[in-house]
Amino acid sequence: MNHLSSVKHVIIVLSGKGGVGKSTMAVQITMGLHAAGKKVGLLDVDLCGPSIPKMFNLEGRDIHQCPEGWLPVYVDKEQRIGVMSIGFLLHDLDDAVVWRGPKKNAMIKQFLSDVYWQDVDYLIIDTPPGTSDEHITVMEALRAYNPDGAILVTTPQAVAVGDVRRELTFCHKTGIPVVGIVENMSGYVCPHCSECTNIFSTGGGKALAHQNNVPFLGSIPIDRHLTLSLDTGKNFLESNPGSPALSAINHMIQKLIAIDKDLP
Amino acid sequence: MSNVPENAPEHCPGTSSESAGKVEACVGCPNQAICSSIPKLGPDKAVEEIRQKLSGVKHKILILSGKGGVGKSTFTAHLAHALAMDENRQIGVLDVDICGPSMPRIMGAEGETVHQSGSGWSPVYVRDNLSMMSVGFLLGSLDDAVIWRGAKKSGMIKQFLRDVDWDKLDYLLVDTPPGTSDEHLALIQYLSGAGIDGAVIVTTPQEIALCDVRKEISFCRKTSLPIIGIVENMSDFVCPKCHKSSIIFPPTTGGAIKMAENLGERFLGSLPLDPRIAQCCDEGKSFFEEVPDSPAVSVFKAIVEKVVNYCTGLAKHMEADTGESNMEVS
Repeated sequence: MNHLSSVKHVIIVLSGKGGVGKSTMAVQITMGLHAAGKKVGLLDVDLCGPSIPKMFNLEGRDIHQCPEGWLPVYVDKEQRIGVMSIGFLLHDLDDAVVWRGPKKNAMIKQFLSDVYWQDVDYLIIDTPPGTSDEHITVMEALRAYNPDGAILVTTPQAVAVGDVRRELTFCHKTGIPVVGIVENMSGYVCPHCSECTNIFSTGGGKALAHQNNVPFLGSIPIDRHLTLSLDTGKNFLESNPGSPALSAINHMIQKLIAIDKDLP
Repeated sequence: MSNVPENAPEHCPGTSSESAGKVEACVGCPNQAICSSIPKLGPDKAVEEIRQKLSGVKHKILILSGKGGVGKSTFTAHLAHALAMDENRQIGVLDVDICGPSMPRIMGAEGETVHQSGSGWSPVYVRDNLSMMSVGFLLGSLDDAVIWRGAKKSGMIKQFLRDVDWDKLDYLLVDTPPGTSDEHLALIQYLSGAGIDGAVIVTTPQEIALCDVRKEISFCRKTSLPIIGIVENMSDFVCPKCHKSSIIFPPTTGGAIKMAENLGERFLGSLPLDPRIAQCCDEGKSFFEEVPDSPAVSVFKAIVEKVVNYCTGLAKHMEADTGESNMEVS
């Protein structure tokens, strides 16, 4: 059985740095593509720190088996957003998954081969930080399916950009195309005086994209409503019209869909 | 070192034995392939070598978090700077984040190289009494990616612990990558002889981060690693213009203080989000010196004091226990 061959587009969300908003972006891209009428699957391969179930308010849900394989957990009644994460397989959410590389690789391979996504338009893959087991395994397994490429998430400060630069090298070495770079947490607007402070500096992601000649997908400002909606598993795109982060996210999704139109 | 499972076949040599999966009794056992392929965690001679190498290091502290980007490296760097303010102390920092080494930049040592000496690798000195080691010093260019699987990363960590010539240190701070995987297991395994004082766990206030941090605490408990305490970073943000504070990462479930209380762990303090701290990290400076007026400075100093008290208390406790000093050097 080959469930991935029926998936039209595969996008991997990567970052060398932790906590820059990979999962947040993966969730927002999924929601945005869904709002644009696409059928989307989201695979979380962060085995030691799975945050996707929480962000969709799906904690405690179980995976079901069907003759074709594992069925993803669906977010909506129409079954147009399917999610798979190790979080659904853990009995105790506080329990640590203390696994070395080979065991993680086996789990990821199983996720990639056994999940029955059905005919999704997009499969978004959320990854842990780094350039190690999880990433090598995903890249090796996906090479045969011609993935659209990777979206690199960074925050603006030099410390984060430094790690993301290494991730770019990883993409080049493993031959995965870079769809673009997103700069998250770009500025914070003080709710008292509306002054915008660049907490983590500014422009680092844009400069990195420019230097390496890859598309820049936009800067997303810090918005506490975004953090809040993820903590509570609410749909940020629907519940916060008018937020500057929302328009930046929508802009990014438009770019993604446009890029895909150019693909064969 | 037998580790024989309850349902094992008769004469099972034990899962961690050298001959696991290879003897007659293993034929037909469903786990034979796993047993024979897993690297053995049994007594590794490196553990003893590392114990000897680190015998001049009084206190060893790990900085952990299940979540990435919460400020582990920032905390480690500034804990080191704060400890090094006392000129009589010798401090070492080891960065075991192999794929994303940010320590060289945060410590202002980017571009430095490591030298080999007769007794091992010489660490890079950032101050007279503060030295550090990171995989970042071994890379040719800043763009270089370390595309390594777990086993190779563990090997590198073993080499760092065994071959870096720290000489005598009061504190060795080990900065880790997020998660509960190869790097963390390697540290626990290789430092089992030398001993670890404990771990400082760093988190941010929102539930998404706390979820992962609870897993890290469960990891510490599973591996019997003592927890010194929990630090909450990026707690609130003070606007540089109007000086009013606001919350960026809302503690929807009570934040780290509540989590520490629920889990019965020590809470060390909440550090505010100050854009000048991020800037200091980018420039490789110590924020104690650059922005002494930051509200983070006094909170940080209180946390440092708690960590020092824990370590010295532990040393005294050990002394009382064994009737002699546990340190080979004074």
